Amino acid sequence: MIEFQNISKIYNPGTPEAYTALHNISFAVKDEEFVAIMGPSGSGKSTLMHILGCLDTPTSGTYTLDNKDVSTMTDNELAEIRKDKIGFVFQSFNLLPRTTVLRNAMLPLVYAGIAPREREARAIDALHASGLTEEHFSHLSNQLSGGERQRVAIARALVNEPTLILADEPTGNLDSHTSLLVLETLQRLNREHGVTIVLITHESDIAGHAARIIRVRDGIILSDEKNETVRDAATETRLYDDLKRL
Amino acid sequence: MRNRDLIDETYFALSANKVRSGLTVLGIVIGIASVIALTAIGQGAQTSIQTSIQSIGSNLIEVLPGAARQFGFGASGGRGTARSLTVDDENAILQVANVAAVSGEFTNRYQIAAAGANTNTMVTGVNASYAAIRNLTIDQGSFITDNQSLSLAKVAVIGPTVVTDLFGASAVSSDAIGQNIRINNIQFQIIGVTKTKGGSSFGSQDTMVFIPLGTALQYFAGNGNAYLSTIDIQATDQSAMTQVQNDVTALLLARHNMSDPTKADFSILNQTDLVTAASSVTSTLTMLLAAIAGISLIVGGIGIMNMMLTNVTERMREIGLRKAIGATEKDINNQFLVEAIALTFLGGIFGIALGWGISFVVTLSGLLTAQVTLSSILLASGVSAAIGIVFGWYPARQASKLNPIDALRYE
Repeated sequence: MIEFQNISKIYNPGTPEAYTALHNISFAVKDEEFVAIMGPSGSGKSTLMHILGCLDTPTSGTYTLDNKDVSTMTDNELAEIRKDKIGFVFQSFNLLPRTTVLRNAMLPLVYAGIAPREREARAIDALHASGLTEEHFSHLSNQLSGGERQRVAIARALVNEPTLILADEPTGNLDSHTSLLVLETLQRLNREHGVTIVLITHESDIAGHAARIIRVRDGIILSDEKNETVRDAATETRLYDDLKRL
Repeated sequence: MRNRDLIDETYFALSANKVRSGLTVLGIVIGIASVIALTAIGQGAQTSIQTSIQSIGSNLIEVLPGAARQFGFGASGGRGTARSLTVDDENAILQVANVAAVSGEFTNRYQIAAAGANTNTMVTGVNASYAAIRNLTIDQGSFITDNQSLSLAKVAVIGPTVVTDLFGASAVSSDAIGQNIRINNIQFQIIGVTKTKGGSSFGSQDTMVFIPLGTALQYFAGNGNAYLSTIDIQATDQSAMTQVQNDVTALLLARHNMSDPTKADFSILNQTDLVTAASSVTSTLTMLLAAIAGISLIVGGIGIMNMMLTNVTERMREIGLRKAIGATEKDINNQFLVEAIALTFLGGIFGIALGWGISFVVTLSGLLTAQVTLSSILLASGVSAAIGIVFGWYPARQASKLNPIDALRYE
């Protein structure tokens, strides 16, 4: 359960370069929701993502995550929250280079203090859940395709069973086909495993795969509504494959 | 983060760039190895000089005629040129407390001939106690006795080098016993040969010829010139040497009717002083060598810092990611600090091994016996650990303070 109450973020407050990125934003995300936050560059969605991901704190307002007020925490407390409650998927994957898929997926568990044997079992489960098979596990991260890399990153985000997976432009570096594969993975995780997902994107095509779309512009929420026509990535992938065969 | 994971991550990070890690370690290896090898060589030189001084006798005090030599200032007559020490002085010294033995010496260089061969060497008139004072051991025959000195016997004890000079390169010590030689045209019978002692910085006893002091004074000192060239005194033990030196000085000043010790017509050389002086020179030298080696250790440390700073920049996004998935500042700080310490630790181990190897090779080469001391190893290990922490601290702190948002965006 995520709740933003009157969140504002001002960079360099009190100086001539002061810049307000977010104005009094309030919204809530319930467990097992799939929400897309959509807006063009400069809309404040990155700032929103940083605060949502506990990488940054708001200038004012309250952010409650699993009944904890995280808006005034110190850096080290935030690190603890990120470790336990948040999984990140980045546009540029951010896998450890020259490192095996399995080791990449296990990384968050190293900081969580999980015993090595359990780590491996949990990483294998997470990799399966994100659609990768045993043959990939011993591959080095730089030997994978973009889609595979992003699925390793999703597995890594999934491995410590977070409250929230925060996907920041996860398809930004991928072609449309692999984008669909990644979205399919996210949709499946949401439906079958009940994972809460917040997807940040500037493309309405991508946002269309979420059940709810929040549009932001100039630091305020333009609209926050249920998506009546959720696109199903699995169906689209099949269509794509059929078209290709013809 | 568990310690095992920290070690695992460190191994992973360092082996990801083996050449760079290897070269950085090499800097520390060279630093540590040179500290150990150079101090070992310095220690070896010190011991070798001390042994060399000890070999001229044990608890030895020498009284030389003539004023005390001032190092570096003024000129002084050579040893034995002044005429101020007499046999009576020698006998008086024997009464001083804690004196174990006394032997006067009368030394001069003469032509020595035997069976057609001849050589020119130092001939020294000595008492029976000389052998004990000067750590002289007899290989064949016997040493001079006090009775031979009293009866002015024409007998000689010669060094092994003199044996080969006079009786051919293949001659052994026993061949010389009983043979007659002519010293300055006076016939002497050889009664003993000394054991090979080897050269020292203070002249080799192997080339010397010893005859009874009485005989020397009678036949070689000339009319009324019965002055000694040296009086050798052996103190009962090391701790008594200063007292013996002071008492002998007082005694001789009184006997020579002198009140001002600075104008004494003799000088006293204390073996302990020599050892101390030589030790202080060599230990200064050792420190100098170690200091020069220490500079290379610092350069090695800077190499580590350089590598770690490069590492932090190169792995900026990795640091950002680690922070995003829950690594605390302490986790990141430890990770980079342990990497730096691991590099110096490896450098330390290989450096100690290499330093030891160099010392071993130096010893094998026969120049001197290099001595690797525990203290130099401890010092080198301590310094390398300190370098790891000092030079690793700053980059590790840089890494741990990174803002995860900026680090993730870093291109």
